[in-house]
Amino acid sequence: MSNPKIEGYEFKPGFKGMSEDTGSDQTMFKGVHWGKAMMWIFLLSDTFIFSCFLISYMKGRGSTPVDWPNPSEVFALHVGGVPVPLLLIAIMTFVLITSSGTMALAVKYGYEKNRKMCGWLILATAVGGLTFVGMQAFEWSKLIHEGVRPWENPFGAKQFGSFFFMITGFHGTHVSIGVIFLSIYAYKTFAGHYDERKRGWFTSIKGDYVEIEILGLYWHFVDLVWVFIFAFFYLW
Amino acid sequence: MSEDYKDNIEIQTQSSESISGGGSGATTDIDYVRPAEVGEQDLYHGHSFITKWIFCQDAKVIGVQYFLLATFTGIIGLILSWLMRLQLGFPELAGFMTAEHYYQFVTMHGMIMVVYFLTALFLGGFGNFLIPLMVGARDMVFPYLNMISFWMFFIAVGVLLASFFVPGGPTGAGWTLYPPQAIKEGTPGSGYGILLMCISLVLFVAGFTMGGLNYLITVLQARTRGMTLMRMPLTVWGIFTATILAMLAFPALLVGGLMLSLDKILGTSFFMPTILQAGEVLDYGGGSPILFQHLFWFFGHPEVYIVALPAFGIISDLISVHARKNIFGYRMMVWAIVAIGGLSFFVWAHHMYVSGMNPWFGFFFATTTLIIAVPTAMKVYNWILTLWRGNIRLNVVMLWCLGFIVTFVNGGITGIFLGNVTVDVPLSDTYFVIAHFHMVMGIAPLMVIMGAVYHWFPLVSGRFLDERLGKWHFWATFLGAYSIYFPMHYLGFIGVPRRYFEMYDSPYVTSAVGMNEFISMAAFLVGAAQFILIYNIIKTLKVGKPAGHNPWKANSLEWLTPSVPPEHGNWGDRLPVVHRWPYDYSVPGAKEDFITQTTPPSEVANTEVEKT
Repeated sequence: MSNPKIEGYEFKPGFKGMSEDTGSDQTMFKGVHWGKAMMWIFLLSDTFIFSCFLISYMKGRGSTPVDWPNPSEVFALHVGGVPVPLLLIAIMTFVLITSSGTMALAVKYGYEKNRKMCGWLILATAVGGLTFVGMQAFEWSKLIHEGVRPWENPFGAKQFGSFFFMITGFHGTHVSIGVIFLSIYAYKTFAGHYDERKRGWFTSIKGDYVEIEILGLYWHFVDLVWVFIFAFFYLW
Repeated sequence: MSEDYKDNIEIQTQSSESISGGGSGATTDIDYVRPAEVGEQDLYHGHSFITKWIFCQDAKVIGVQYFLLATFTGIIGLILSWLMRLQLGFPELAGFMTAEHYYQFVTMHGMIMVVYFLTALFLGGFGNFLIPLMVGARDMVFPYLNMISFWMFFIAVGVLLASFFVPGGPTGAGWTLYPPQAIKEGTPGSGYGILLMCISLVLFVAGFTMGGLNYLITVLQARTRGMTLMRMPLTVWGIFTATILAMLAFPALLVGGLMLSLDKILGTSFFMPTILQAGEVLDYGGGSPILFQHLFWFFGHPEVYIVALPAFGIISDLISVHARKNIFGYRMMVWAIVAIGGLSFFVWAHHMYVSGMNPWFGFFFATTTLIIAVPTAMKVYNWILTLWRGNIRLNVVMLWCLGFIVTFVNGGITGIFLGNVTVDVPLSDTYFVIAHFHMVMGIAPLMVIMGAVYHWFPLVSGRFLDERLGKWHFWATFLGAYSIYFPMHYLGFIGVPRRYFEMYDSPYVTSAVGMNEFISMAAFLVGAAQFILIYNIIKTLKVGKPAGHNPWKANSLEWLTPSVPPEHGNWGDRLPVVHRWPYDYSVPGAKEDFITQTTPPSEVANTEVEKT
């Protein structure tokens, strides 16, 4: 993105520009919307939450005396009697990453004030998220059906069930919250709240298409976290 | 300084000839401050009683709400400490107390004081009230989120206090909540108590995150014209850095709390190894209790600085105003705050020397711990150098400041003892530790809070607190606190263990009994002395001396609002424009001994004012 024009302030490139922005008055991140800056810092905090979860997982997996189950067997789907490892999870990951793409397009059309396209793309993103949560529910029920519980696991270490349900559950909650907000934003976009700068229901702040970008940041973050969870649970 | 002085005069002569303004290009007008980048904030003005005082979106009201609720919770913590001291000093009078009660009181006293009192008060209370005023903003950037933040805190406190009334009572696992004992039968409150504690902490973290985002973005993105980061009062720097710490440290507590609750409710074994209970093997197995300790202290150590950094910042401002001198080494102070904040993430395991860790690990953490002493000592020197040859007003605020420096140095030095593994191991489970952390993060920050209350009360209410009552309050608290904690160092050295309900027939009984009685008497007195402040506040609200504008002759923006106390929106029609740092006191050549942040350079061109 090109730098916004700010009266009486000259942008400089590179490290010098960064230090001058930091040393200047009023704002540190020039031209960055308050809400956007807030979302970045929130995501930093959320990164620490997921890091704590994943580091705990590594520690738990490393120190348990019982063997960890083999992920390519536990997570395999049986297609026509043949176990196919990582099939479901590949589809889930594909769907979630694709929804990141539609989200990015929605942001673009939002800034172009293309209300219809923007709304449909947000809706597509929400559908992608919902599909992901649905498939996760399917995987959970499959594991539960096979006897895996948070407190026990027929395939090996107890902690496998505990960490799997807790961390994917926490991530799934993030996705679900995202889907709820996506649906609300889709409604607001179609209803023209952002074009009319209608005030928010609770916050009474004037609506703006930047809100879609802020939600987009959250959504991309949730996708990125999934990549790590995917790697740590399914590929390790 | 004298060179700056000449520069100033030169610039002034130039500027009188040059044309002022002239668009966005370079200008020689020394009063020029570039125009606002962001438009006026769109504020929601409350109209009814409920939107003005209860579900209020004004950061100042939210700050006062935080302050009152934190104080209320703190008083409960105080009463719990009285009960503990009654048991320790006069067990024959505390017949109603069982060992279970004692552990529950220890736990709740610790958790309340650290999280629900000090953290909420410094960040929620002072942060909300002072940040927008000090950086020249109309309000916090997300007022609605800010309101929710307080009400989350309210619910968290409610859940915490509810645990006193559930079957089994509140948790008695110690404030560190270490598993396995926190959730095993036999520990008081191992049923509902520990669960409510975890829920309350999770709510607190969620609520705090909302507030914390507000503080950070307000400081980063909503300063007024001319307010650079290096012109912010140190109070804002302290609260800002503490908030960053909180945003990065609370996640560990959240995760630890969630996993502990799952171990309790669902019977997962995150922290639970194979355990025998009354000869029976429990269903748990394979978990790691040390993992919880790491998670807890990764939060717990930064938490110490979450409390200490705002205190450092506030005390710097109070000392500077009441010694009528600029703060010595402002930039050094800022970088010290940032350095302490950064280092605080690499020292957590010094709380775990006795957990059986690898000695090399302990060596690493001892090293980082001792390195923190460097920026901290720099701050202490700078406070003393600020006082050095200052024009000191020996009022109540200054007394609290001096009290803070003394107690803080005292607690800091014992911290250097405990930072070393070999010294810590024998002292770790004794009263020496109690004395250390109460001095350094109990009494010292409390002194700052008291000083800040006496300092800013005229701004909040428009009236001065009574000086005479204030001096009684100070001396009772200061001498009393020393009477409590100084003997505890000795108790620690002779090996009296902490967290013990009673001393049984141990060899130190004879020498410890008298001292315990003395400490308890002092504790009752100090606790009671705090009610002098409450009486003082109530009295002042009715008949206090009106303060008027800027009663302390301070420089920073919060005293320069058009009305006192400031109204919603803080600044009336026009936002202030800042030309300098807030520490221009006793500038040679200036008419008065203070130059406010909004004074343009042209008005003070003939003085030896610092260029900031």
